[in-house]
Amino acid sequence: MKIGTPTEVMSGEARVAMTPESAKALQKLGHECAVQSGAGMRAGFTDAAYREAGVEVVDDAAALYAGCDVVAKVRPPTDEEVGMLRRDQLLISFFYPASNEALLERAKEQGASLIAMDMVPRISRAQKMDALSSMANIAGYRAVIEAGNNFGRFFTGQVTAAGKVPPAKVLVVGAGVAGLAAIGTSTSLGAITYAFDVRPEVAEQIESMGAEFVYLDFDEETKDGSESGGYAAPSSPEFQEKQLEKFRELAPDVDIVITTALIPNREAPKLWTKDMVEAMKPGSVIIDLAAERGGNCELTRKDEKFVTENGVTIVGYTDYPSKMATQSSALYATNVRHMMTDLTPEKDGQVVHDMEDDVIRGATVTHHGEITYPPPPPKTKAIGAAPKTEKPKELTPEEKRAQELAAFRSQTKRQVTLLGVGAVAMLLVGLVAPASFLQHFIVFVLAVFVGFQVIWNVSHSLHTPLMAVTNAISSIIILGALMQIGSGSFLVILLAALSVFMAGINIFGGFLVTRRMLAMFQKS
Amino acid sequence: MDFGFTTAAYVVAAVLFILSLGGLSGQESAKRAIWYGIAGMTLAVLATLFGPGVGLWLLSLILIAGGGVIGVIVAKRVQMTEMPQLVAAMHSLVGLAAVFVGYNAHFEIGRVAQAFAEAGTLFPRPAVEAEAAAVAESFRGFAAIVAHKTQAEINVLRLELFLGVFIGAITFTGSVVAYGKLAGKVTSAATKLPGGHLLNAAAAIGSALCLVWFFGSGGFFPLFLMTLLSLFIGYHLIMGIGGADMPVVVSMLNSYSGWAAAAIGFSLSNDLLIVVGALVGSSGAILSYIMCKAMNRNFVSVILGGFGGSQGPAQEMEGEMVATDADAVASALDEADSVIIVPGYGMAVAQAQNAVSELTRKLRGKGKEVRFAIHPVAGRLPGHMNVLLAEAKVPYDIVLEMEEINDDFPDTDVVIIIGSNDIVNPAAQDDPNSPIAGMPVLEVWKAKDVFVCKRGQGTGYSGIENPLFFKDNTRMLYGDAKASIEGLLSRISS
Repeated sequence: MKIGTPTEVMSGEARVAMTPESAKALQKLGHECAVQSGAGMRAGFTDAAYREAGVEVVDDAAALYAGCDVVAKVRPPTDEEVGMLRRDQLLISFFYPASNEALLERAKEQGASLIAMDMVPRISRAQKMDALSSMANIAGYRAVIEAGNNFGRFFTGQVTAAGKVPPAKVLVVGAGVAGLAAIGTSTSLGAITYAFDVRPEVAEQIESMGAEFVYLDFDEETKDGSESGGYAAPSSPEFQEKQLEKFRELAPDVDIVITTALIPNREAPKLWTKDMVEAMKPGSVIIDLAAERGGNCELTRKDEKFVTENGVTIVGYTDYPSKMATQSSALYATNVRHMMTDLTPEKDGQVVHDMEDDVIRGATVTHHGEITYPPPPPKTKAIGAAPKTEKPKELTPEEKRAQELAAFRSQTKRQVTLLGVGAVAMLLVGLVAPASFLQHFIVFVLAVFVGFQVIWNVSHSLHTPLMAVTNAISSIIILGALMQIGSGSFLVILLAALSVFMAGINIFGGFLVTRRMLAMFQKS
Repeated sequence: MDFGFTTAAYVVAAVLFILSLGGLSGQESAKRAIWYGIAGMTLAVLATLFGPGVGLWLLSLILIAGGGVIGVIVAKRVQMTEMPQLVAAMHSLVGLAAVFVGYNAHFEIGRVAQAFAEAGTLFPRPAVEAEAAAVAESFRGFAAIVAHKTQAEINVLRLELFLGVFIGAITFTGSVVAYGKLAGKVTSAATKLPGGHLLNAAAAIGSALCLVWFFGSGGFFPLFLMTLLSLFIGYHLIMGIGGADMPVVVSMLNSYSGWAAAAIGFSLSNDLLIVVGALVGSSGAILSYIMCKAMNRNFVSVILGGFGGSQGPAQEMEGEMVATDADAVASALDEADSVIIVPGYGMAVAQAQNAVSELTRKLRGKGKEVRFAIHPVAGRLPGHMNVLLAEAKVPYDIVLEMEEINDDFPDTDVVIIIGSNDIVNPAAQDDPNSPIAGMPVLEVWKAKDVFVCKRGQGTGYSGIENPLFFKDNTRMLYGDAKASIEGLLSRISS
């Protein structure tokens, strides 16, 4: 089939959904590729580069839509673009079906199938096509760079001949993909980084990136993030109160705030209020990555950068990935390419739209003239819910002592019972057995005891030599055979001789093998 | 030489044997301990040979020497990976010898009784009588001891030899089957005849009935019948135990061979046999106990074979196994500071221990910390992995036990798992329905990267899915363990 990528029509959008590199991979799947002339220009891919990769360059969008079976683009299609779709054509792009119902309706009427890259379920198998994550990663990185651009000081602390420079303090709110990317970038630039998230389970990830997790002193049955597919769920009013209080405490101290908090299908929560902005030092910077959904900061203006009266710069850009078009195009094109790989299971250039597949089903929003959004819950859960583990209770010294005492008592009890039972059993044996037997029996019991005491000390690593040596020693049965071999009966002599022979094998074989093994153990 | 001398020699031999087992507490002292064992055995055999009442000692010496030659050849030729089979095979010899010696004791009783009858006196002798003593004079060795026994003593003797033959016969067939399973000559899966453990129970009850019959008649037939029954028990019992439980089985058979020797020692009134039998028996019992504990299994359920019924559906596997190649592993190793290698039976099968040792040397040469984590039941024999690694000249002080190393995994960069499966299965901790729930495992998944060398996607010996393979930080390196590790060797820059 033929996969085509048009130029993005939205102004300011520099990304492109196909790169020469991804086109090569798509051709390996048996597809042909086409691209609208100039589509990759702003992302740094020339028409010549596409031609070199075997991609047909088409003059205008209309021709491209007409000539291709699959259209891959970045931004959701405009009305005009949807109008160009035809029956059973497949469009792959971001779509945000929850807020684009009218467009969804039109696409359905056109009879085209639509795969929304933003609807790819968050399961590990689908990570390779999770475009939201790959774009968020770029946004997180770019947010720190943008902050640095607007911040008048170093990130890292330095002591120079010209004076001491304190390190910048960065607070990242929301430790999703973008937040973690921002934390990583910020710590590697040398800033002291704090991070906050309503999901306590991400504390470990935050700390692994080198930031300090801002703990709230709050006792609440926290919801498991896995229930909402790894996204944060709305929190209770009390919790929010506590959270704002903490931020207020931090505001005068931090130089850069990067907010990334989003809740699926909702307005972004207001986390950085006006009074916090006022409390910040002049020259501080706020980067609001949630600007598209109204912003985490009360003062954020979408797509705009401005300076408040007290000298705080608030950046509300929404097009960070587009600002790094080469990088983001490469990642997005790879996501699309992986999606095509899943759609072409036989690698024969034939698209199989398998609605039984969790990932494909989840991402498909219209198919065969029907709206298939919202998808049923995926069969596999996004993130395995961590089993609730009971924390072992800290014991007070008294409890500990009582426990030890109880353990000691029960041990004593068990030993005494064992001894008692043993003694009674011995007495009973003594009643019937002759004295000569009891003599041997004493030897036997003592030997068992010695055996138990000695063997417990054998180190784990020497268990195989132990088995080999006990095996050799157990050929002591040869003594019995030797005592009998002098008998007058032929049968007895024969059996005894055989036993001596077998035991002989065992003695030499066992000891020799043990020696071989032991000689191998060497210290470094 | 008189009897006192023999007894004195036995005492010295017993002490030497105890020292020899006790010496195994450390690698260095073990090298000395083995000589104690050899000295003890030599002393015991010589003292018996030159002791009272032993004839045909030339024949005995020739037989011992003949057996010795075979033993030496076998011991020299055996591969360290074949150690489990060898140990199992040698146990069967002890078991069979115990059966023969028990039979002989029975025949001797018969012969002595006949001689007494011919002389016209009662046997067993009612009291000290001159004429009986005269008859007894004509016997030598063991028969002479028998001739001096009273009725009660003869009864006890019969009980003892009966027990000795019973345990010996079970040990014999059990060891032969265990050998077959370990050597791959018999299917390692747990197989049972229809009727399962009822058959074993029936055979055991039959043996008990034979004991009663044997006491009543004193004839050979009940003894022989019981032998057949116990041979069957040994075969069927071990056939019903799966390959993964072999460490327990081998140490259990080890224990049995000891108890058989002790029982024979009773019937022959030989204290040294009793002492050594008891030592070996308790040693095997402790080993079995340690193995069971390491697998969090009940000893009885291991012996009865198969896993206990699981209480619910096993955890669903999610995610996918991600394969990788040697280049990726090599570059991860190049960047790592600390590496832990977890070997399992797969390493033994592929004979990969030398390649692993070479890899260790190379990595250590580059200043990386390389250690080995050994689970108590890794392999098919207690301590199996230690022996293989030692053979490949891996220094034993970097080979650590599970308890010593389990806390270090979170700080480890790379874990390489070579042919082990259940001992690194996180389901033992996470999934209460798993058949191995509660078994202590190596917590490898806490390390940064985990690479699993494995032949294919199968579930391995015990047939349990391993969620480790599906984890995000786990990569699978498919292929023969030896080839995989050698592939790594060529890629790691020196």
